[in-house]
Amino acid sequence: MPQEKIVGQPMLRKEGVAKVCGRAQYIDDLTLPEMLYGATVRSSIARGRILGIEFGEGIPWDEFVIVTATDIPGDNEIALINHDWPCLAAEFVNHPEEPIVLLAHRDRHLLPKAVAAARVSYEEWPAVFTIEESERGEPVVWGEDNVFKSFLMEKGDVDAMWAGADLIVEGDYATGAQEHLYIENNGAIAAFSPEEGLTVWGSLQCPFYVHKSLVKLTGLAEEKVRIVQVETGGAFGGKEDYPSMIGAHAALLAMKSGKPVKIAYDRAEDMAATTKRHPSRVRHRTAVTRDGKLLGAEIEIALDGGAYSTLSATVLSRATIHAGGPYFWPSIRVRSKAFATNCPPHGAFRGFGAPQSLFAIERHMDHVAEALGLAPDELRRRNFLKTGQTTTTGQEIKENIDLDALMGRALKESGYHAKRGRFARQNAGSGMKKKGIGLASFLHGSGFTGSGERYLNSLAAMDVTTEGKPRVLVSSTEFGQGTNTILCQIAAETLGIDYEAVEMGPPDTSVVPNTGPTVASRTSMVVGKLVHSAAVGLKQTLLTSGLLQEGYTTGEFVAAARTYVAQHGALRAESRYQAPPGVHWDDQRYRGEAYAAYAWAVYVAEVTVDLATCGVEVDDFVAVQEVGRVLNPVLARGQIEGGVAQGIGWALYEKVVWNRGRMQNNQMTNYIIPTTQDIPPIRVFFEELPFGHGAYGAKGIGELPMDGPAPAILNAIAHATGRQFDSVPLLPEDIFRQIAVPEPEREVVAL
Amino acid sequence: MTLGQYSLRVNGKLLKVKAHPMARLLDVLRFDLQLTGTKEGCGEGECGACSVLLNGDLVNSCLVPVAQADGAAIDTVEGLGADERLHAVQRAFLECGGAQCGMCTPGMLVASAHLLRKNPRPDLAAIREGLNGNLCRCTGYMRIFEAVERAVSSTSANGASEGRG
Repeated sequence: MPQEKIVGQPMLRKEGVAKVCGRAQYIDDLTLPEMLYGATVRSSIARGRILGIEFGEGIPWDEFVIVTATDIPGDNEIALINHDWPCLAAEFVNHPEEPIVLLAHRDRHLLPKAVAAARVSYEEWPAVFTIEESERGEPVVWGEDNVFKSFLMEKGDVDAMWAGADLIVEGDYATGAQEHLYIENNGAIAAFSPEEGLTVWGSLQCPFYVHKSLVKLTGLAEEKVRIVQVETGGAFGGKEDYPSMIGAHAALLAMKSGKPVKIAYDRAEDMAATTKRHPSRVRHRTAVTRDGKLLGAEIEIALDGGAYSTLSATVLSRATIHAGGPYFWPSIRVRSKAFATNCPPHGAFRGFGAPQSLFAIERHMDHVAEALGLAPDELRRRNFLKTGQTTTTGQEIKENIDLDALMGRALKESGYHAKRGRFARQNAGSGMKKKGIGLASFLHGSGFTGSGERYLNSLAAMDVTTEGKPRVLVSSTEFGQGTNTILCQIAAETLGIDYEAVEMGPPDTSVVPNTGPTVASRTSMVVGKLVHSAAVGLKQTLLTSGLLQEGYTTGEFVAAARTYVAQHGALRAESRYQAPPGVHWDDQRYRGEAYAAYAWAVYVAEVTVDLATCGVEVDDFVAVQEVGRVLNPVLARGQIEGGVAQGIGWALYEKVVWNRGRMQNNQMTNYIIPTTQDIPPIRVFFEELPFGHGAYGAKGIGELPMDGPAPAILNAIAHATGRQFDSVPLLPEDIFRQIAVPEPEREVVAL
Repeated sequence: MTLGQYSLRVNGKLLKVKAHPMARLLDVLRFDLQLTGTKEGCGEGECGACSVLLNGDLVNSCLVPVAQADGAAIDTVEGLGADERLHAVQRAFLECGGAQCGMCTPGMLVASAHLLRKNPRPDLAAIREGLNGNLCRCTGYMRIFEAVERAVSSTSANGASEGRG
């Protein structure tokens, strides 16, 4: 049994009191002396050449600070992977809402009028708005073929495998864009002076991403650019890349005006202009034997990346690696492409490509099961990955995994089999309300893909204040998931002192080392491990100094640390990332250890479909997962429940309505997320199998719960209605359209 | 712009502000009175992040022009309690994980306190209904429901008057 007193306990959220008292300061709560307000003039068309900008009458333009692309001191680029994303459109626009001109003024009420009066004229060019249009290259809007990135991942002899199949099952699946809808919109404040350099405060996930981008943009020396994360009101990936844009805009206005500038988007601007989840289309062709053994598959993935490449290559990578689900495939071929369209760039969103491909495989597994006449859980059981087998990338599973046990627990907690039989009998009656139960089993890789963590080369540190209080120094940020709490728990446990005695250093690039971005379910596992090592170093230094003896109390630790700082000037310990042994990745062939560890899960959804209204209610939800060691049970449950709710939204409510690349329903009134009355009881269960290379056995948790709800719910709807729905979001009108016409024949080839 | 003078009793304290009559109560609280605990999420009355009590009624302060609040008692999250003297719902949100990113939290707390004042012993259905004007994107609401239930049991166990008005 674990001996820990702090890790594994429901320690209270570090910044919790400030949050429940309304004292936590978010970006729009901050005001600097002489601060101006900034606003953005955006493209009204999807694609074309900018002919001119006219500053219309009725606005005191001489009072405004006006910035265009010509004011950019360095590269006109938001630096991510490629170099195609401009900070401000100079000559061409490639999507609606693309930023063109920045304005700032003392009076924030004047800005909307000024934005409306700044008129851009264009020569409009043809554009592409869907994966299909982009694929046809009519016209080509990016590169030579509209393809940002493609992967080919192969295992076994796929071409020879088909001959041994008893059955081949095909299916097409699609998912829509999803808006993050963090309750706090994007915002940033920038201040500049030649002596002090540039400081940007913002609502953001990745301080060093913004730092890198602003160094390129401004041409300033690295030490003259400082990024500070302030309290961030939700992110979910939506504040991974875009804060570099809004931070850049505030910085340009501040540098031109010499005054601090705040840009705070309102909801309409945030929804229309910032990133969303990549829409997807996934095609499956699967060979199975009569007794339900998967022989092999061909999977084709297409993502809509929007107008610039941004993070699409890495989203596509994760989609590709997760495409086969948690199953053993003797052979498999996955071809994937991310396409350019003239929509605002799609970006990171919790799950990062995995929800799209896992939706497809988990709907497809139900189709395969039906074609074989097997129960959905039975087909999955017969093909679950087991320790010692290899994944689709050829990675041998060395961890102790037990998907059978997860499945067993999920079936038991949900009453799956009893309900499946009972609902089928009840649904045969004439009632309009049909009940269904469905499941999904899945995996999620923890941390950056492949060599990613090695490239990041993260560095974490701990030091102590002059009062002797230990501080965790990381660039990992808190935006609701519990970073502050978890990392302080790990530090306190390792130092052997009270949780309350440890604090977080400021998320400020001038103070903390680069621990990498706060993304990819990497904080608990990867950064937590670094904090653990740094804490070990700090403790060792104090013990060997003779100021502290084993068996110390928190008070003695703090006193010794204070003395050490007084004597030596500082006490600091660092820890740099080292890949766990045996982690090798071939970036070219896409083979090897894709992730150091995976989290595993089986989710079960129970639904009622009302055939009169075509409305769907989720009545019960069981989420069973194995995420290694649970570091804080309250926060962990919160992560799972919140992810499940977002998954329910993606499945049943959240539809981005597009019109020529522009989001039409960019209001909370018209883009519906689940309310308190739409969410079923979410029953969360953890199986704990500690992972040897994470902090106290932790693996990633944050993204996992986004992967399972949509396929589990659509599988349940298929059970309830006897109709197959293979795309999300699935709104009542979509159900109506399908039940009003006869069911088409599914492509099943009996050989 | 013609400014009017308005009196508001904010968290029990009588305050006078000069503002345009159509200025949103939300902006008056945040900009003029520097009470930034009340948040803006959508500006159109959908998300409830700006929830405050106006003469004891739960309102979205982004939809209330200040002229309409003249002379009214306004209660915000800052008036619920602080630090050593947390309101039962604040303590319960802290303990149950009802606050994640914290952005919906002030409105959610005001709505919860309002619910408990009207109905000291709400069942789960009443909690869901009482909070249905407040959106949360982080928690999936389960921790919030649990927090309100815990606030109910803690106030009845202590015989405290908190949340009962």
